[in-house]
Amino acid sequence: MLTVKDLRVSVDEQPILNGLNLEVGEGEVHAIMGPNGSGKSSFAHVLAGREGYTVTGGEVRFDDQDLLDLSVEERARKGLFLALQYPVELPGVSNLVFLRESLNAIRAARGEPALDAATFMKVVRDKAGQVNMSPELLKRSVNAGFSGGEKKRNEILQLALLEPRLAILDETDSGLDIDALRVVADGVNVLRSPQRAFILVTHYQRLLDYVEPDYVHVLSGGRIVRSGDKSLALELERRGYGWIAGEAAA
Amino acid sequence: MSAEKQGVKELIRREYQQGFVTDIQTDTLPPGLDEGVVRAISAKKQEPDWMLDWRLAAFRHWSEQTEPEWASVHHAPIDYQSISYYAAPSARPGPASLDEVDPKLLETYAKLGIPLEEQKALAGVAVDAVFDSVSVATTFKKKLAEAGVIFCAISEAVREHPELVKQYLGSVVSYRDNFFASLNAAVFSDGTFVYVPKGVRCPMELSTYFRINSANTGQFERTLIIAEEGSHVSYLEGCTAPMRDENQLHAAVVELVALDDARIKYSTVQNWYPGDEQGRGGIYNFVTKRGDCRGARSHISWTQVETGSAITWKYPSCILRGDGAVGEFYSVAVTKGRQQADTGTKMIHIGRNTRSTIVSKGISAGHGSNAYRGLVRITPKAENARNHTQCDSLLIGDRSAAHTFPYIEVRNPSAKMEHEATTSKIGDDQLFYCRSRGLSEEDAVSMIVNGFCKEVFKELPMEFAAEAQKLLSVSLEGAVG
Repeated sequence: MLTVKDLRVSVDEQPILNGLNLEVGEGEVHAIMGPNGSGKSSFAHVLAGREGYTVTGGEVRFDDQDLLDLSVEERARKGLFLALQYPVELPGVSNLVFLRESLNAIRAARGEPALDAATFMKVVRDKAGQVNMSPELLKRSVNAGFSGGEKKRNEILQLALLEPRLAILDETDSGLDIDALRVVADGVNVLRSPQRAFILVTHYQRLLDYVEPDYVHVLSGGRIVRSGDKSLALELERRGYGWIAGEAAA
Repeated sequence: MSAEKQGVKELIRREYQQGFVTDIQTDTLPPGLDEGVVRAISAKKQEPDWMLDWRLAAFRHWSEQTEPEWASVHHAPIDYQSISYYAAPSARPGPASLDEVDPKLLETYAKLGIPLEEQKALAGVAVDAVFDSVSVATTFKKKLAEAGVIFCAISEAVREHPELVKQYLGSVVSYRDNFFASLNAAVFSDGTFVYVPKGVRCPMELSTYFRINSANTGQFERTLIIAEEGSHVSYLEGCTAPMRDENQLHAAVVELVALDDARIKYSTVQNWYPGDEQGRGGIYNFVTKRGDCRGARSHISWTQVETGSAITWKYPSCILRGDGAVGEFYSVAVTKGRQQADTGTKMIHIGRNTRSTIVSKGISAGHGSNAYRGLVRITPKAENARNHTQCDSLLIGDRSAAHTFPYIEVRNPSAKMEHEATTSKIGDDQLFYCRSRGLSEEDAVSMIVNGFCKEVFKELPMEFAAEAQKLLSVSLEGAVG
């Protein structure tokens, strides 16, 4: 579904990714780990199309398309979703309006008609229930004044509602509290399906206590230097990142 | 798409949609202003002597004044002698029955989305259509007359209802009020007159659609609305003009009078031609609007959505004279390209237990500059006056500007005043967030802006709230990154 070949990216002429390779198939859950500054979060944002990154080489194919050729919104409409580490606040914009506009934009791209108000409300209530989100949060402005956990839940609600084929979760921050971590993990477990792949970007393996990945990759110096299964994450937890960085440099 | 840093690009204006010119023969006075011109306008309107005398007094007063310079706007000096002060479609001077209106005019208004044929009109909305200097049609007059409501061109009111006009004209905005109000009093050519008798709730929304068509012509309309005791009326005005390279002057005066327990809701959707990207052309909109809450418990509410004009200079105000009177001001002002707006309100608390609310939302994009200027004055006798002011600015891009000039004068210790102000910016991260959920950048900007303006839009009559929302999204379209 997603093929990343020799991806090279720089920011302000500073190389961030130096030949990254990754293959993600349908239904797979990949964890990308790595020390601070290894380029994990940048990789997630490059996939989503965030401005500020210059692709200097390599390619990224999503299904049969050149992903890098698409705008941010086109990627979203094709089924790519990025859950942000720090979800952005949109004061004055009702969460319901935001969710409806997003869903209808994506439905339109799939050739589906916009949902009428009553159907939308039913769908959104169901999904909110699925991710344990209080209906009160639907009426408030998007993320404005939400707690860290509520913001995460709102991201997971969007994921549930927009039904992407590839969901990327940027959880780079080591400071995520345990509740927020559980929200993310529960969301992934509920929404995991044979048609939907996940890329979990995380610093510590704590998240992986709750979500069992199919693959674990270690990113260092802008490249994936080691791949394995869940046991690799446990080894990282035990030994830290130092030994891998040393190995990669050797 | 390249992943290069693009930021929030400057807003590119989608072409102004009402910029067409109607090809119609007009009866136009040559440019220039002197007593002769004032007399000629008065004669064209077949006005009584008292009206002409009032105009002449205003003209003499104006001649001694200089243009005010305190507003936060910049423009080349206006040559008042190069403007024509009267232009009218030559077919007929006054409002005709709809059957007699030039089909070209009906077509113009239809093209603007304002069908004047009553059977096609928006249900429940009566329209007075003002084209250049004259009212060309007024709909639903009969139906309104059955309720006792007078809704007609002000030139007609001067002839048909002189006692009302004499009593109220200039009683809220005197011809000495300010430079532009004096000019208007001297040369005003038409506008709308509304009278709602005691206890009557006006059965329809009333509206006036102002259109400037002729080149080198100023529009100086005058609107007078009188709500007798216990009456209610809701009035809406809309405005557009063709795209022309030279600036055109629009200096209107609006006077509202609310007696005991009367309620006037006055809404404006202003979309005059704003000029091009380089700041060529566009309307200079210098308007004096004031409501007098003369009666006890009277209530005047101003709602404005200002998206057009090269320069907007306008402060719809309330004089809260009656005890328990309520004044409200809800405003959205958008400036983009090279547009400049200096707008706000004055709330003058005179009566006891008077209350006022001010909600101002300024949006600046491109090189636009937006200033809120507001005065809240609590006079010594205004016991227990209350004011709440909320003044928010939204910036789009990094070359736009927002200014806030609040003036607060409190001369009674029982007053309660609240002033809140915020400035925010549509950030790259907000746009990225919305786009990563499938929204286009235009839709994202429009959603954020509409969220920002929500409190004001909910004050508009329902028929127009959607219209205003649409206008705002068209107006801001092009925030393409």
